[in-house]
Amino acid sequence: MPDVLVLVDHDGERVNKSTYELLAAARRLGDPAAVVVGTPGTTARLSKSLARYGAVSVHAAESTEAAEFLVTPAVDALELAVRETSPAAVLASATTDGGEVAARLAARLEAGLLIDAVDLDASGVVTQIVFGGSYTVRSQVTRGMPVVTVRPGAFEPEENPGGAVERTLTLPTVDPTTSARVTDRRAATAGDRPGLTEAVVVVSGGRGVGGADGFEVVEELADAFGGAVGASRAAVDAGYYPHQFQVGQTGKSVSPQLYIALGISGAIQHLAGMQTSKTIVAVNKDPEAPILDLADYAVVGDLFAVAPRLTQEVAVRRALG
Amino acid sequence: MPVNIVVLVKQVPDTGAERTLSQTDHRLDREDADLVLDEINERAAEEALSLKETMKETTDAHITVVSMGPDSALEAIRKVLAMGADRGIHICDDRLRGADVLTTAKVLAAAVRTVEDVDLVLAGDTTTDGRASAVPAVVADLLALPQVTHVRKLDVDAGRVRAERETENGEATLEAPLPALVSVTEKINEPRYPSFKGIMAAKKKPVDTVDLDDLFPDADDAGFLVTRTRVLEAVPRPPRSAGTRVTDDGSAGRQLAVYLIAQKLV
Repeated sequence: MPDVLVLVDHDGERVNKSTYELLAAARRLGDPAAVVVGTPGTTARLSKSLARYGAVSVHAAESTEAAEFLVTPAVDALELAVRETSPAAVLASATTDGGEVAARLAARLEAGLLIDAVDLDASGVVTQIVFGGSYTVRSQVTRGMPVVTVRPGAFEPEENPGGAVERTLTLPTVDPTTSARVTDRRAATAGDRPGLTEAVVVVSGGRGVGGADGFEVVEELADAFGGAVGASRAAVDAGYYPHQFQVGQTGKSVSPQLYIALGISGAIQHLAGMQTSKTIVAVNKDPEAPILDLADYAVVGDLFAVAPRLTQEVAVRRALG
Repeated sequence: MPVNIVVLVKQVPDTGAERTLSQTDHRLDREDADLVLDEINERAAEEALSLKETMKETTDAHITVVSMGPDSALEAIRKVLAMGADRGIHICDDRLRGADVLTTAKVLAAAVRTVEDVDLVLAGDTTTDGRASAVPAVVADLLALPQVTHVRKLDVDAGRVRAERETENGEATLEAPLPALVSVTEKINEPRYPSFKGIMAAKKKPVDTVDLDDLFPDADDAGFLVTRTRVLEAVPRPPRSAGTRVTDDGSAGRQLAVYLIAQKLV
């Protein structure tokens, strides 16, 4: 079996779940080979869990500079690993960093780049969902090695324990005139709620919420479900809620089991970011609001009456659980 | 020595309208689309203009706006010129229709190379059509510039950039020497509107139109233009049909809970 290189997402101590998903995806094409880019000692902390989730080999690309420079060390490491192992494909997570690494690698290697795959078959055909769910597209690399980014959450991690062979990659010294230095890092403040893109339930508020204070109703409903809070662009632009929670074309795309839209009219940009949600519930006073037409369950009514009642019912139900 | 800033911009279908893929080649149907300058590019241009204004006391800055696209892309260039940029480069070549991330980045990088002594390349972090969010990083790699991407705050001083980066993993402070490539997020600024005077002045500003033969004079064939990927099929998502609709008479919250419990969502 040829190797399939997987770029490992980690925080220095732990492997991110999206990497286990990549290992499961990689197994469809060949032997998953994990590439760890980090400061010295990182691979030793991660290789056991990588092996448990199916990595047949682990490449250690360690250097004191690895965490000091942005993206470039990972591109260099993968380029080295590709030249040494001639893999069948390279996979990275479809995150900001993963996408940048994959594209730069593909450019250096004249490889074929496919981004944001939600599925991948043994022949290398990739499924993508574009324009916020308007189209399902199946594509294939026709020339060069496939470099694919895979949407987090699209694959289930699979335990497949075995021993992983360890290999060392010697990273080249980074040229500081061609690479940005990271002088400070602050992890995303996770808070108590799940991340928008991973949450099973997302409750979003729009302009109809009426103000920053009104978002308490949205947050309380989200918390009753153990879900995430989102906001429409109109609500963000009005200053009701911070930008990083924006759902839509210029914000985050979400695809939860349940999406509840409170006081959101349903501009096409918003729909593009949430219409692949499994079940959609919308509450809006305006019977003409476009979102009501695509909701599985639409309530024409005042969200300040409907949402607190629902919160109460859900809390009771979950307490009985 | 003036400071040279290049701003990369793209004309995209208006996200306020429906976007469709062509039945024949699965490419974006641009004929039916309302084309606009991508909003994020206005912010990149704004950042260039405010840098130029900040530097005015000590040095001149010269802003070149670069766009790849069909004839209509000239409108996007003119808009940035109307905002205050100095000149434009329009890369227009039918062979670039459907160009992927890598080809786009190679062509943009070649256009940046035609501008002498570039200090700073500015771009939006992601376009609303492709959303790959990777072209700026690839352009940086091809030009051997530090990639300073997804920036919500930028300072340029004494030959260095200092920037605040924000992604789903958190925030970071970045530093790099000039020349560098910076891509900006929506948070960076509020773009200005072109003034009437600016719009009139933009008509007289120089725009060079170039094609692949101009950008790659030594290439015996445009080898990089070869497509590396192929779309096998593109299936439009069936429209969601409307579900249950109720008007709240005081019991909708409870009814909704019953519905969600039945769907095993609570």
